[in-house]
Amino acid sequence: MFDALSERFERLGATLRSRGRLSDADLESALGEVRAALLDADVELGVVRAFLDAVRVRLSGEALSQSLSPGQQVIKAVHEQLVEVLGGSALKVTYSSRPPTVVLLAGLQGAGKTTAAAKLASWFKQQGRQPYLIAADLQRPAAVEQLRVLGSSIGVDVFSEQSTPLDVARRGVAEATRLGRDVVIIDTAGRLSIDDALMQEVRSISDATTPHYTFLVIDAVTGQDAVVTAKAFHETLELSGIIVTKLDYDARGGAVLSARGVVGRPVVFASTGEKIADFDLFHPERMASRILGMGDVLTLIEQAERTMDQSVVADSAGRMLSGTFTLDDFLAQLNQVRKMGSLGGLMKLMPGVTKEMRSAANNVDEGELNKVEAIIRSMTARERTDPSIIDGSRRTRIAKGSGTTVSAVNQLLKQFGEMRKMMRQMGAGGASLPGGMGRMASMAARASAARNEPVPDGFEALRAGMSAGQSARAGTGSKNKKKKGGRVTPPKQR
Amino acid sequence: MSIAIIVVAVVVLAAATALIVSRRRRGARALVSAPRAAMPTVLVDEIAQRPTLAEPADLSTRLGSSRGVFERVRSLAGATSLSAEQLDVVEEVLLRSDVGVATTAAVLNELREHGAPEGVAATVRRLLLASFVPERGVTYDASSGRVAVWLFVGVNGVGKTTTIGKLAQRLVDDGRSVVLAAGDTFRAAAADQLEEWARRSGADIVRAAEGADPGSVVHDALGRARARNADIVLADTAGRRANSTNLLDELSKVRRVADRDPGEVVETFMVLDATTGQNALSQAREFLAAASVTGIVLTKLDGTARGGIVVAIERELAIPVKFVGVGEGVGDLITFDPVAFVDSLLDA
Repeated sequence: MFDALSERFERLGATLRSRGRLSDADLESALGEVRAALLDADVELGVVRAFLDAVRVRLSGEALSQSLSPGQQVIKAVHEQLVEVLGGSALKVTYSSRPPTVVLLAGLQGAGKTTAAAKLASWFKQQGRQPYLIAADLQRPAAVEQLRVLGSSIGVDVFSEQSTPLDVARRGVAEATRLGRDVVIIDTAGRLSIDDALMQEVRSISDATTPHYTFLVIDAVTGQDAVVTAKAFHETLELSGIIVTKLDYDARGGAVLSARGVVGRPVVFASTGEKIADFDLFHPERMASRILGMGDVLTLIEQAERTMDQSVVADSAGRMLSGTFTLDDFLAQLNQVRKMGSLGGLMKLMPGVTKEMRSAANNVDEGELNKVEAIIRSMTARERTDPSIIDGSRRTRIAKGSGTTVSAVNQLLKQFGEMRKMMRQMGAGGASLPGGMGRMASMAARASAARNEPVPDGFEALRAGMSAGQSARAGTGSKNKKKKGGRVTPPKQR
Repeated sequence: MSIAIIVVAVVVLAAATALIVSRRRRGARALVSAPRAAMPTVLVDEIAQRPTLAEPADLSTRLGSSRGVFERVRSLAGATSLSAEQLDVVEEVLLRSDVGVATTAAVLNELREHGAPEGVAATVRRLLLASFVPERGVTYDASSGRVAVWLFVGVNGVGKTTTIGKLAQRLVDDGRSVVLAAGDTFRAAAADQLEEWARRSGADIVRAAEGADPGSVVHDALGRARARNADIVLADTAGRRANSTNLLDELSKVRRVADRDPGEVVETFMVLDATTGQNALSQAREFLAAASVTGIVLTKLDGTARGGIVVAIERELAIPVKFVGVGEGVGDLITFDPVAFVDSLLDA
């Protein structure tokens, strides 16, 4: 829906290019785009201004990089500054020498406190702790029951009683001490920041239990109001950190920066899904890429490095460009990609891919991947190397052998043939891989449009996404070999 | 079709990651020097007062904090062209209300082109009001022989269950017999929460075990409503993110079940939290496509958030806001009034 920042800069790029130094006017027009991107991401206006002022100071008069276009250079600087703000003064969770370590959760209604409490308890358990949950949200009907159910699903006891939130909290902590639990998490009722009575109540819980950590639970889809909430809670409770929830939504999550920007406390944990396990320490680089709409390349790279067999993938990628890509190579790639995670999850991390493509990939289930694998495995070695020999009777045999239909076999062969043709053209044209992938994508889009399929128009933007990926990654200190304008030279294979 | 998707996705993922990873391995010096000055961790000390565009008459009580801004705006009221400063104030008011960059830009363009003949505040008010859908009635009755169904959809934590509880009370008070369908079988204890509302309002409720098929709960509720000759079924659904096709498909299925004889879905409400930012627009787009949303219930408008994103939703998707929640009490769910809403966006 919104243009990724990298796409905005593509348009801006021409005017910025080929000058030795960023002029003030260049900088202002570039920062104007950044401003719009930040506002689209729901970063609060005051925070946007303060942030851009800081970036402006840093960038003005900066010498232009030889290897980055001015637009990329600005994106990269903005990205680095975002990482710095989001990740600065990170909080390392330590445990009290006199247990239990008390953790208090507060936030608006519906931010996801109860779920976050259970997820946090599960996280502490993984760290080898013995957590205890206290259900002090007596406001929302059935909140206590919800925490009980979640607690039993993760094997963590939940303290509750019919009294006042203050008494529940106080006695719960005493009970945890008696039981010898070393971490206590107190779930409190959601409240409006302007409701003085309820703010006083959570304050009194805090005074009575003197928590070691007080976390504000904030929803990643929050708009401009995030600063008001964060500020009010910080003034009442003196927060030690922020937990951000609902990062599995497609929101850019600028609220995280807004909250961080007004309270100056780190974002510690992030909740990324409905399952208990979808919860982990917060990664500032990923959030920065997300706010700027750059995809989550770092996670993708991390997953790739952890699981992929580099040589297999590099070999097949090389053959892709030389036009000798076979179904065996494709099968190898399929298995490597499967090891990394679900197609839907991976496409989500890939920059520049449209929502349509993402949701199409999201709907692919394991069974369909198995089907594809079965089809290829039902082919002979010769058929895999040279699919053009697969005629009608071979198709019938393959369909039977794989337990699929001839039309499924046809689809696979047709799409494979198209991809191979595009790759060969890419290789022949000497095009760079990302540039070529943009082309490949648009061709694939046209091909599928003819069949009335919503398939790969997502790749149109891949090229732009790739160049954004480069700047995102540059924060880790690697240098990419590329020409001016951010094009990447393909591996030499021919 | 999904085979084609698999082929494309696998090839592109494999190629892209191979490329990225191999280049990353080469590693070399950083491209841009490390930041010279550390970024401050606290970017904003004091949250800025939101400026105002209020008309003089409305302002008498509020002049204290906003006189400066107001004077600047009024000084050119009625002019054919606005100063950059005036446009800045308008922009700030709209952006801070979560109206969004696109809608704000449209208003500013209009002001630049045509000026503000009625004065800045009145012109902005007129432009915003023009975004609202004219037809905004609420349908209570099904065609004869059918049971009316209101289906409630939305992301997690927006207040769907609470909204249903309050509307149940309202409908019961109006003399209708109501059956609640506890279709949120995912969130732990969601059905308990709805049951509590049923008890308070005197509505009937049909629920099933956690993890049960939400469609079957709705189906059973329709059976109950038919058997007891009830007027209307309010069907809860589990909160879900709007970017997962599987979850949206499940919702479409619930809607189909609800719309099957004897049921007739007369309203599908998307419940939206007023603190939500720009993501609300994509939520509305997805839920509209999956469940044919006919109206929005804007909750939690009693906080400090303005809910301005509904202007963009009305303008771009033509989904009318029908109810607003302005407090925790049962009576605090009221019929939406665009004029009052726009006034509150521009006033305080």
